[in-house]
Amino acid sequence: MTKPVLIAIPVILLLAAASVFTGVGSLATSDDGRGWFLVVESRLPRTLALMLAGAGLAVSGTIMQMLARNRFVEPSTAGTAESAALGMLLAMLIAPNLPVAGKMAFATLTALAGTALFLQILRRIPLRSELMVPLIGLMLGGVINAITTFIAYRYDLMQSMGAWMSGDFSVVLRGRYELLWIGFALTLVAYATAARFTVIGMGEAIARNVGLNYDKVVTLGLAIVSMVTATVVATVGMIPFLGLVVPNIVSLIMGDNLRRTLPVVAISGAGLVLACDIVGRLLIAPYEIPVGTVMGVIGSLIFLHLLLSRRSHAG
Amino acid sequence: MQADARRIAPSTVVLASAALAFVSMVAFMTIGAKGSWSFLLSFRGTKLLGMVLVAYAIAVSTVLFQTISGNRILTPSIIGFDAMYTLLQTIMVFFLGAAGASSVDPRLQFLVETAVMVGLSLLLFRALFSGASRSLHLLMLVGVILGGLFRSLSSFLQRILDPNEFVVLQDRLFASFNSIDANLLGIAAVATLAVTFVLWRLSPTFDVLSLGREASIGLGVDHQRVVTLLLVLIAVLVSISTALVGPVTFFGLLVASLAWQLTPTASHRYVLPVAVCIAIATLVGGQVILERLFSFNTALSIVIEFFGGLVFIFLLVRGSAR
Repeated sequence: MTKPVLIAIPVILLLAAASVFTGVGSLATSDDGRGWFLVVESRLPRTLALMLAGAGLAVSGTIMQMLARNRFVEPSTAGTAESAALGMLLAMLIAPNLPVAGKMAFATLTALAGTALFLQILRRIPLRSELMVPLIGLMLGGVINAITTFIAYRYDLMQSMGAWMSGDFSVVLRGRYELLWIGFALTLVAYATAARFTVIGMGEAIARNVGLNYDKVVTLGLAIVSMVTATVVATVGMIPFLGLVVPNIVSLIMGDNLRRTLPVVAISGAGLVLACDIVGRLLIAPYEIPVGTVMGVIGSLIFLHLLLSRRSHAG
Repeated sequence: MQADARRIAPSTVVLASAALAFVSMVAFMTIGAKGSWSFLLSFRGTKLLGMVLVAYAIAVSTVLFQTISGNRILTPSIIGFDAMYTLLQTIMVFFLGAAGASSVDPRLQFLVETAVMVGLSLLLFRALFSGASRSLHLLMLVGVILGGLFRSLSSFLQRILDPNEFVVLQDRLFASFNSIDANLLGIAAVATLAVTFVLWRLSPTFDVLSLGREASIGLGVDHQRVVTLLLVLIAVLVSISTALVGPVTFFGLLVASLAWQLTPTASHRYVLPVAVCIAIATLVGGQVILERLFSFNTALSIVIEFFGGLVFIFLLVRGSAR
């Protein structure tokens, strides 16, 4: 175990405990077992869901940054999250009786298609500036979002869509979040194959030179990212900038050897989401602010900071 | 196509786009018109006036913004200007309450918000445009993220709001060409006229400005002063359009790029009117088609977002390939 991991684990345990004890209902309501019921049915699932989603998205962001060879790419700046949402909507329309897992499979397919499209557009651009990549991704996301909105508008689904697009964990109960464990399993796969993504991050030529099956690894990475994003979007909605902020900060401190950094990325991602969720729940208790909104504010501020400070390093 | 367009006289393009705008306005007023004309005139007339004002404000502000920044992809809304206006409105409701905000005369409110908007945008423009070495892509990305930050902050505050007040606010903020606030039309029209008057006085410098900072100073333009003044006017125009219909990201980009493409010379004498006419034709004509032919309601802004986004990606990809 490396030192950062050893520091991070107690912090996240504290956060998780705080998350379990935050909420409207009191856990200390005597001995009739209501407090326990609340913990098992609502608080614990929510805390777990937050940690799984946070870890998964942070790792996805890292992988995408290696695949696109760009620091500013993540599921919400490459159209992946928007594509997954479009898939959810289509599944809702075409096969409304499909179980959530089926809809999620659909969302995975569209997320995969959207991300592949994004990478294709990038390939078409010979001389690309580093900053143009996220710009194109954000706009592609905007276009896909317009399609989704249009369809939702046509079929009167705007309201329900608004509800599940905004990164909201208040709906998480036991039995409503377990798909996120799939995302966790994929995060483990990503860890097992981490060394390959590190090599991919050095560029196609180097990767091929050291005997890596470039296309296969890229496809694996895309599949992991798309599935993780789809599980998160399908269960709780979008959490913007998470996959961007966490890997960047970790990489500033620890460098880019994924084998070493991925556990830290995952733990920090989980921790950041937990912290944002606690803030969102405390600020206007008994109401709450969705975690996606809190992350939108904090994440964009950190993103701006990264953008503007990076320039002064480069001179 | 391109070669043909070059041979057409610029005045022909102006006339053709004006005719298109006129036809769409007539169509808007007459198609499916039932009932008395006095009712129709006041009902559809106010809506038409609102759309024309919005089209004008967005087209002119975008073209001039592109001239100042020397770039055909930037627009005030892509770098977060109408999001800033939305945030201002939210802050207002946040501190005054929905009842408080509603009790303030909307015209007074508009004036105050526009004044704050002008101040803030000057600060932001200064920060973004100082330092000639700044990369364009950095500028755009910062703008896009700032816009996102403003939107997140707005929705953050909206969540903290009492849920009942939130509903009132949300109604006011959703981009819709259908629910133009009639209370604001008068003052918006006056503000537009005032802006137009100043623009008219400045118009001889536009073509010079598009040559870039050094060249225009060399040609005797007080670059600093003119650009600052133009930025103020652009901020006012953005306030007008956002106050009337809410934020629309890509409309200006769509209209301005069409205008630059279609007009044979890059002279503002032709580009500005063509952009305005195209904007009117798109907005009013699009409304006629969607509303009367397909009986959709507020979907126009969504369709515009879609095509505008595609144009943006296209321009980015092509621009970098060059």
